[in-house]
Amino acid sequence: MSNDALHLESSNLDRQDERLDSRSGIKGMIAGGIKSVKDGELGVLPVIVGLIIIAVIFQSLNSVFLSPANISNLLMQSSAVGVIALGIVCVLLVGEIDLSVGSVSGLSAAIFAVFLVNLGMPTILGIVAAIAAGAIIGLIYSFIYNRFGVPSFVITLAGLLVIFGLQILVLKPAGTINIPFESPLVQFGQLLFVPQLVSYLICAALAAGYFVSRFMRSQKRKKNNLSHRSIRSIALSAILIFILIAGITAYVNQGRGIGWMFVSFLGLVLIVNHLLMRTSWGRSVYAVGGNEEAARRTGINVKRVYLSVFVACSTLAAIGGLFAAGRLASAAQSSGAADTNLTAIAAAVIGGTSLFGGRGSAFSALLGVIVITAISNGLILLNLESDVRYMVTGAVLLIAVTLDAVSRRARTAHGRA
Amino acid sequence: MTSPTIDGKAETANVLRMRGVSKTFGAVAALKNVDLDVNRGEVLALVGDNGAGKSTLIKILSGVFSSDSGTIYIDGKERAITSPADARSAGIATVYQDLALCDNLTVVNNLFLGQEISPANLDETAMEVKSWELLKQLSAKIPSVQVAIASLSGGQRQTVAIARSLLGEPSLILLDEPTAALGVAQTAEVLNLIERLRDNGLAVIMITHNMVDVRAVSDRIAVLRLGQNNGVFLTKDVSNSDLVASITGATDNEVTRRESRVHQDQEG
Repeated sequence: MSNDALHLESSNLDRQDERLDSRSGIKGMIAGGIKSVKDGELGVLPVIVGLIIIAVIFQSLNSVFLSPANISNLLMQSSAVGVIALGIVCVLLVGEIDLSVGSVSGLSAAIFAVFLVNLGMPTILGIVAAIAAGAIIGLIYSFIYNRFGVPSFVITLAGLLVIFGLQILVLKPAGTINIPFESPLVQFGQLLFVPQLVSYLICAALAAGYFVSRFMRSQKRKKNNLSHRSIRSIALSAILIFILIAGITAYVNQGRGIGWMFVSFLGLVLIVNHLLMRTSWGRSVYAVGGNEEAARRTGINVKRVYLSVFVACSTLAAIGGLFAAGRLASAAQSSGAADTNLTAIAAAVIGGTSLFGGRGSAFSALLGVIVITAISNGLILLNLESDVRYMVTGAVLLIAVTLDAVSRRARTAHGRA
Repeated sequence: MTSPTIDGKAETANVLRMRGVSKTFGAVAALKNVDLDVNRGEVLALVGDNGAGKSTLIKILSGVFSSDSGTIYIDGKERAITSPADARSAGIATVYQDLALCDNLTVVNNLFLGQEISPANLDETAMEVKSWELLKQLSAKIPSVQVAIASLSGGQRQTVAIARSLLGEPSLILLDEPTAALGVAQTAEVLNLIERLRDNGLAVIMITHNMVDVRAVSDRIAVLRLGQNNGVFLTKDVSNSDLVASITGATDNEVTRRESRVHQDQEG
């Protein structure tokens, strides 16, 4: 680590220790990146590599895969499970799990359909009822967890059965309720795409938002004599971000464009990311996942943290169920069944959220769900039926979890825990 | 029992005064009528054999247990300490033996855990500046406050834990076995840190089994034996054999017997 030749004559408050690795600039960033990977700090690297492999394989087998129309479709497909995976990220961060998110999403769809179709209630009431049901389920889970200390995978496994039963009960006697095509939810799930101009404005707003927040932070750090990024490097990042997302948008716009459902999913990711990274609640979530006893001793109300993540997870699962119902224009006994649970958990883990707690981010839901959906979408394009899809998804989940476990060991060995 | 005070300072300098504190667990009296005084700018070593009641005493002061009887005065005012929050508001900070740090969080995040600045939209710059001020004040050798605790050495972790206890601007710091898990150099680092706390006018109670550390930094030594006071000594005046006698409760004890045996072996 001693790098005297490169040691900066910096007077910044946080850059005075000679032991600090003081590589800087773009070269330094690359070198630092390689070192992180070796130390088991994989970040988004496996996801990017995985996506490239997936794209190459499926594109060579079926040229439709990377077409604008299919990408547009893929993004819409990924939104529902993505929202559910976002909730899974929250519970995984405290080192717990929710195995019932699929059933919760199915129940949410069923409640919405019954309210709208059977009871003739307005859409908004159906949405509120469905989301409230999700929140109540999370409350019950956290009560059982906090009060009796039952492991969360058992609580939610039992919950899976109970909620699935409730879902069948709610959908009796028909078993399937079709949601009318005119319903705003169905429009949202199938037809509402962002107009071209608006889509570029959103890209510009995201890049500008990134620039402004980073620039303000950098200025504040400068004022306080801390090391800070130069305005040029921030501007460069912002421009690269804009080129990347506007490029994808332009490409997808040649097809049907980007759906509002996907934009809503993105919005939720950004909100959850802010809550996790920039609020004391987020800190307490990571702290509980890292060392529960330490968190308790610092005065964090650990039970309330568990309550908040279980409620967040079930609520997001209910929202994901509504997204799925809008996309399928129906609520059935099979809604949210079978692979939804594991797909959502797989997405969170593939995206880089650790099953062991304390590590991960909201963006892992976004990245992970795109990988998972791309695989299942590609397999469907190849006319492979669910048998192969299940096996492939299972294998990918296993690979992701193994990678998580192996990189955790590497991190421990390199003092990055 | 009269406790000697440093430089003959009046009792008004007492940050902590405990009088007649008792605590029983079922039939076992863990503490019986214990008195303890700690002054501003003083390191008090709390020693005693296993089961002497040191940990119980610390837990009463940090609000983990509440005492059955007795009174605790902080800065001359009687305070009831029934919860960790009470202890904190009374100006008592505790650094536990296992440090209670989160390995996956950075130094800054650990320092401010549970007391972040601007909770709804964290002011990370302010927290980082404050962290550096705090660590500078302790002359602590932490390379960067943006690294995870997992990458720090034992001594650095101890430093972070102590720094965190200072954030609430306490008047009394309780250190439970601060050097137990540390190597030679790191122990020296932590002992230096304890001296700096004293020089900054804080009162420090240090529990330790290590007589070398007791000698190195403490001003006074309070001995507990079987839950009762068994003497308070000025560190510079007391001999090791007196101290051991006080801890074990006999002039003829394991330690003296061993010493004389070793002595005989050398002569013979």
